[in-house]
Amino acid sequence: MSEPTIYELSSAGRTGVRFPEADVPLSALPSAFLRPDLPMPELSEVDVVRHFTHLSSMNYCIDGGLYPLGSCTMKYNPKVNEETARMPGFALTHPLQPEETVQGNLALMYDLQEHLKEIAGFAAVTLEPAAGAQGEFVGVMIILAYHRSRNDTKRTKILIPDSAHGTNPATSAMSGYEVVPVPSDARGNVDVVKLREVCDDAVAGLMLTNPNTLGLFDENVLEVIKIVHEAGGLVYGDGANLNALLGIVRPGDLGFDIMHFNLHKTFSTPHGGGGPGSGPVGVAPHLVDFLPTPLVAIIENSTDEMPPLYGFVKPPKTIGRVKSFFGQFGMLVRAYTYIRMHGPEGLRKVSEYAVLNANYLLSKLEKTYTLPYKRTCMHEFVVEGCWVDVPDVHALDIAKRLMDYKFHPPTNYFPLIVHEALMIEPTETESKQSLDAFADALLAIAKEAHTEPQLLKDAPHNTPVGRLDEIKAAKELVLCCWQPDTDQ
Amino acid sequence: MFIPHTPSETEEMLKTIGVKSIADLFADVPQKYRFPKLNLPTGITEMEVVGELNEYASSNETVNDLLCFLGAGAYHHYIPAAVDSLLRRGEFYTAYTPYQPEISQGTLQAIFEFQTLIANLTGMDVSNASHYDGATATAEAGVMAYHNFRGKRPKIVLSSAVHPHYREVLCSYLCGYENITIETHGEKFDLPGNPDSLVETIDSETALVVVQYPDFFGRIFDLTTLAQKTHEQGALLAVVANPIALGLLKTPGEMGADIVVGEGQPLGIPLSFGGPYLGFFATKKEFVRKISGRLIGETVDATGRRGYVLTLTAREQHIRRDKATSNICTNQGLLALAATIYLSLVGKSGLKQVASLCYHKAHFAANLLNAIPGFSVETKTPFFHEFILKCPRPVQEINELLLDQGILGGYDLGKDCPELTNHMLVAVTEMNSKEEIEYFAKVLQEAANV
Amino acid sequence: MNTPEELKYTNSDEWLLLDGKTATLGVTDYAQDQLSDVVFVEIAVAPGEVVKKHAHVATIESVKAAADVNIPISGKVIEINESLSNTPELVNSDPFTKAWMVKFEIADPSELSSLMDAKAYLDYCSTRSH
Repeated sequence: MSEPTIYELSSAGRTGVRFPEADVPLSALPSAFLRPDLPMPELSEVDVVRHFTHLSSMNYCIDGGLYPLGSCTMKYNPKVNEETARMPGFALTHPLQPEETVQGNLALMYDLQEHLKEIAGFAAVTLEPAAGAQGEFVGVMIILAYHRSRNDTKRTKILIPDSAHGTNPATSAMSGYEVVPVPSDARGNVDVVKLREVCDDAVAGLMLTNPNTLGLFDENVLEVIKIVHEAGGLVYGDGANLNALLGIVRPGDLGFDIMHFNLHKTFSTPHGGGGPGSGPVGVAPHLVDFLPTPLVAIIENSTDEMPPLYGFVKPPKTIGRVKSFFGQFGMLVRAYTYIRMHGPEGLRKVSEYAVLNANYLLSKLEKTYTLPYKRTCMHEFVVEGCWVDVPDVHALDIAKRLMDYKFHPPTNYFPLIVHEALMIEPTETESKQSLDAFADALLAIAKEAHTEPQLLKDAPHNTPVGRLDEIKAAKELVLCCWQPDTDQ
Repeated sequence: MFIPHTPSETEEMLKTIGVKSIADLFADVPQKYRFPKLNLPTGITEMEVVGELNEYASSNETVNDLLCFLGAGAYHHYIPAAVDSLLRRGEFYTAYTPYQPEISQGTLQAIFEFQTLIANLTGMDVSNASHYDGATATAEAGVMAYHNFRGKRPKIVLSSAVHPHYREVLCSYLCGYENITIETHGEKFDLPGNPDSLVETIDSETALVVVQYPDFFGRIFDLTTLAQKTHEQGALLAVVANPIALGLLKTPGEMGADIVVGEGQPLGIPLSFGGPYLGFFATKKEFVRKISGRLIGETVDATGRRGYVLTLTAREQHIRRDKATSNICTNQGLLALAATIYLSLVGKSGLKQVASLCYHKAHFAANLLNAIPGFSVETKTPFFHEFILKCPRPVQEINELLLDQGILGGYDLGKDCPELTNHMLVAVTEMNSKEEIEYFAKVLQEAANV
Repeated sequence: MNTPEELKYTNSDEWLLLDGKTATLGVTDYAQDQLSDVVFVEIAVAPGEVVKKHAHVATIESVKAAADVNIPISGKVIEINESLSNTPELVNSDPFTKAWMVKFEIADPSELSSLMDAKAYLDYCSTRSH
């Protein structure tokens, strides 16, 4: 049974909240500007709470079980993060308050900048970008600004490996660059020979995800970076897969010039059913001046009696502002809480166990599911969700059938370079028992694919709704449940 | 803590993999840089971290400690308890983007309802599932207009009475487009005028005109003529709107806007030092395929049950790659849910009441402050939430004196525009009681004479 | 897979019907099969417009994919198929006749030499995996 919409639940005259009557004399309302009608629903608090509680019960979530979405790092979100971010001292501060009244916020932001610099090996970090995609945008804008500042105007191309996430080419195009794809070699690394062929003085930079979306650490990474640097380009690191590298290797040490972090992946801030994310960006020393404005800095050093005075500063050659105020502050508090609890040993353990879990799952599945690149994986891996002897069964069917086993499916049909891809990232927070149960489900489905393929084709069977008609949705485009001029 | 493995389980797993130690799994990482020592403070327990975070938090002064008359794009409103209570359901906040609709109907239906509420609030046909904040939603309006005319109209006319951060972000977003120009004259900060003064800068090269309603200074102008003149030149009109004001005021849609964007923070989202907030984006049906960001559509499953899916995804970066017009993927899903719950709770009468309270209290404050010798309210047009107060001395000095008396004073307009030195933007919401406003007036009077 | 003999083909899966100095452009059966259910067609040029070889003239969207239609030779647009905006499914059901997209005047007949005939196109398709 489907849940009615808030407009269907509406009853004229109800309200969920009462506000006090005005305690000031009333002023004349500007009659020429008043709206004739306010088409909002009318519900009681009980109606609202039940409605959204019903809706919540139709969601799969990490609190409920394993969420193996490749490149999404759906790890458990510690509850304490939710407490710290809601501390009134943080949640009830206005972004434009005088800096001396928000020294706690500024100190936390400064400390988080410092920690992220240390974790990834960069000279400076901005916390402003709202999500990974906006971090990428900042990174590519910095590449643009860097070359312009050197009057190097002939650079029009950004190189992007064919395994890259779609945001990389989209970001480059948004910034006015031409995108040149670089193929992968037989081991899943960037093809160094092909890279050399396309590296000339028109290359502004390379956007590299490492480990890449196949879950493989690029064996030629140092050479790849060297080739791009020798051509005068910069190397951008897509930090989506940083969960494999904490305390393992620092991208800055490898020679990356810029990288974004996804606090909502690596540093446990919840994904919120589609955001908010947070995408800080780290840069090497030669790019510090280009960071977006503002950054948090120490304005006056501490003394014996006084803590340091923190404040906002504007980098001298800044690319400007990409967001109002200073970033997704509430997410910064959560990420800081997480980093502070883990410390250096804890963070290394995160990546070690993320990689252990992925390789364990890989070992359990590789005899049944084809592994296109036979190597030790990092925090995730990709298998083919299909078999030659049952050509009608596709990755999508396996994904849908997993729901009947009470698991969220892996990312599917990505990366594009693997046929019928299933991209699996278990994260470090899953126990051996949880991984075993997931592997068992995938093995059982592989059997069903051969014995009862229709079971997969019709899946899922036990979810609040079955497979939905996406063609109807796209053609009819019903995007609102009720509008005043189309109903009543 | 969050890694459940026992030593014996770890051993067993290593054996299954066929390696001796976890370190063996990292052979592909260049040895020279492998396993760096991170210079970070040692990890602490949950109990300790709460204590430490409390120390940071308690060294701030909050809008609970201070009487807040500061707005300028972020507003102190009451948030009903049910909003956060529902947001804290793990089913909502620990879910991913609803790529698998069969097990994401909760998020999908809630965002579908959000789209409906925003469309109805703004007087538009359709809304997307959110942008990062009001500033980036404004920038995306610029990007959409640019692509709508396939780059053939290179000019954007941007009112100076749009929030300064939004103007900066719009410029950042469009600086990669070689031929685009952004004209910001028309209204001057020091010459508060009617947005109709923008008309002379709109021509056949113009893709988009951007104004704010109520504007950054809280002033309300009828945009009907501007919309008409914009359309006569074949251009589009984007209006940055305050969602609480729309509880009372005529919609931008009714006045002829093509795109309505804005900051959804006033709809049940805490101030939280500037984020996470909520950008909303609504437009007319004819532009639905030009909208960047996610859209939820209604459909049915194989047995005819109603359900919801992400739709028109072929426009997005994961399919279009370098041909996508925006790279957005993660948006502000949980904040869109907060706004949906808030609007459902306050509903038709509550939203109007909040808007009315803001209106009356702001006007009460304006009358009171205008009567103080040395101060004058410079806003002569109808206004909402906020008004311009001319002060007898620099705003920063006044705000320091106010702070000593427990008051968070208004925004210093001289920061963005030297002509408005000594002008303060005062914000009043339903949270400010009559006594608070009177106390504010009293302290201001004293501040003039110190 | 249907591949009418009388048409010319491109390696990006467009077909051309030549009629003296004019030509009609659409996408092939192979293309529609790859895209699956088409839900939207947008023609990006207008009659009278002069378009250069390889210019983008239309966009086709299905639920899972999107494709650009490019014109293989230069020309001047005479007519566009407006009916596709309401009935995009014609691209699937009748790609070679009802789902034509753009009629145009050929600017330079020498550019035609770059196109494939039906047999060459069929061979080309068979080299690509599904």
